[in-house]
Amino acid sequence: MNGKPRKSNLLVHLVMIAACLVMSYPLLWWIGASFKSAAELGNPGLFPEQWLWRNYSDGWVALPQYTFTRFFENSLLLNATTTLLHVVSASLVAFGFARLTFPLKGMWFSILLLTLMLPGQVTLIPQYTMFHAFDWINTYLPLIVPSAMGGAFFIFLLVQFIRGIPRELDESAKIDGCSWFGIYARIVMPLTVPALITVMIFSFIWGWDDYFGPLIYLNTVDKYTVPLALRMFIDTQSAVAWGQLLAMSLLSVLPPVLIFFLAQKHFVEGIATSGLKG
Amino acid sequence: MDLPSLQPADPARARPDVKAITKKAGQRWNAPVVGYLFIAPWLLGFLILQLWPIIQSFYLSMTEFSLLEPARWIGLDNYRDISQDRLFFNSLRVTFVYVAASVPLKLIAALLIAMLLNRQIRGISFYRTLVYLPSLIGGSLAVAVLWRNIFGLNGFVNQLAVLVGIDPKNWIGTPSTALGTLVLLTAWQFGSAMIIFLAGLKQIPSELYEAASVDGASRLRKFARITLPMLSPVILFNLVMGIINAFQMFTSAYIVTNGGPVNSTEMFALFLYNKAFGSLQMGYASALAWILLVIIGVVTALNFVASKYWVFYETEGRK
Repeated sequence: MNGKPRKSNLLVHLVMIAACLVMSYPLLWWIGASFKSAAELGNPGLFPEQWLWRNYSDGWVALPQYTFTRFFENSLLLNATTTLLHVVSASLVAFGFARLTFPLKGMWFSILLLTLMLPGQVTLIPQYTMFHAFDWINTYLPLIVPSAMGGAFFIFLLVQFIRGIPRELDESAKIDGCSWFGIYARIVMPLTVPALITVMIFSFIWGWDDYFGPLIYLNTVDKYTVPLALRMFIDTQSAVAWGQLLAMSLLSVLPPVLIFFLAQKHFVEGIATSGLKG
Repeated sequence: MDLPSLQPADPARARPDVKAITKKAGQRWNAPVVGYLFIAPWLLGFLILQLWPIIQSFYLSMTEFSLLEPARWIGLDNYRDISQDRLFFNSLRVTFVYVAASVPLKLIAALLIAMLLNRQIRGISFYRTLVYLPSLIGGSLAVAVLWRNIFGLNGFVNQLAVLVGIDPKNWIGTPSTALGTLVLLTAWQFGSAMIIFLAGLKQIPSELYEAASVDGASRLRKFARITLPMLSPVILFNLVMGIINAFQMFTSAYIVTNGGPVNSTEMFALFLYNKAFGSLQMGYASALAWILLVIIGVVTALNFVASKYWVFYETEGRK
């Protein structure tokens, strides 16, 4: 699709700018509204006449017992742990599937792909009763431990990526007497960094957004993650302070957005080169 | 770690006997114990956190179980009750409408934008980022809050509506439009599908387009004869994953509308959640989960069967 005349590029720019406006208008409105007073929220116009920074400072401490400092700490700690586990486990498992031969490998890999289609609702209740029996309710364990299995989607993504790395490299390392783990750690791992960053971003964003898991497993406010705290915002106040709620919601999406911007180049590369065509 | 026989450095290129070489290479990669060690994290997780719960959930679906008391066997009663539950059929209808509306809308938007972005123009990464932004903030609760505001009585959609002369209304509070707002929310977040399309488009060899141009093919023809067939495996991937995810949609239905008004947005996953954790009917909810599993399985299987007629695999074509 290269080498098109310049005129069509102008058209593309126009269409893209229009598309971006449509896509980002709600976001711009969101930023503006988070600074609006309750009276101004009903007004048309993206931005407030008077910028109300109070929405942020008041919203931060609006909930009883704990401030948003606590909820952000909880979310960050939880998601840093699950992301790390996802990346480490998924890359180990993917190396096994992509590079080693062992009995029933084909069957296990098919099962792995099948679990991509497994609705979480099927395992939800038995998992809940299992964690209940372990006395894990109202701890982070039910949210953390499952990520140690790597996640089928992440494993699949990494397998596709590792398959694209020439085998000659590990062949020669093998001949030099490098162990399997050595090949994994010193040759394949460093080459999969773009894909690992993709896994990291996806894992962090999905984990950060996860509302359902914390909703059913966490009961006390001191353990709440940011999404649960936002929900509490709606529930505990008879008249919801929308300005404050919008301000806190906006802050809550900043961590994934920041991570994405920091790693965006690798991210697209990671998806592009892993090639989902199989 | 156990090392299988170390072969001498045998330059594979020096010998033309491909079979012998691949066989030898296969042996070299053969590492049963190490292989299982590497996949152990997933395998253990699968057995304990997925396979066992699946079996158990099948059993639970035949019981009455409130979590507080042990499960009591009641055979197929749950399934019989479900078949007479008006709200079950309602949630099924709502979910199918939602899937049928949101998935095509999202994929078409994703494909169009991906095609626009698949060229070398200035500011490409800027556009890519902006278009991806809504997906980045994903299915988060914050977005649900945003949506409630945008479509609320004083929201910005109504401000637009007034400008074009439509009476403002409560889009989320009206049964006929509530589901539509959720469909729009899903379609708005087409970024992930778009990025996957973009990756697929980049893999189409440019020689194909060049050859077609030499033959004087029109743009539309190039799209229909090159882009679509070459991209069809990626379209299938996005379609299958999109449908599977849409069937399980929960968060936005829970936050934006909480199933209302008058159950008009009570999606299957929300209905199941209410049964399980609202009224603690775990057996009933397990039966619902199995019904969902069967529905998703059948729809996915149909997708794959139908794909034989429209998905083009390059490797097969070359044979």
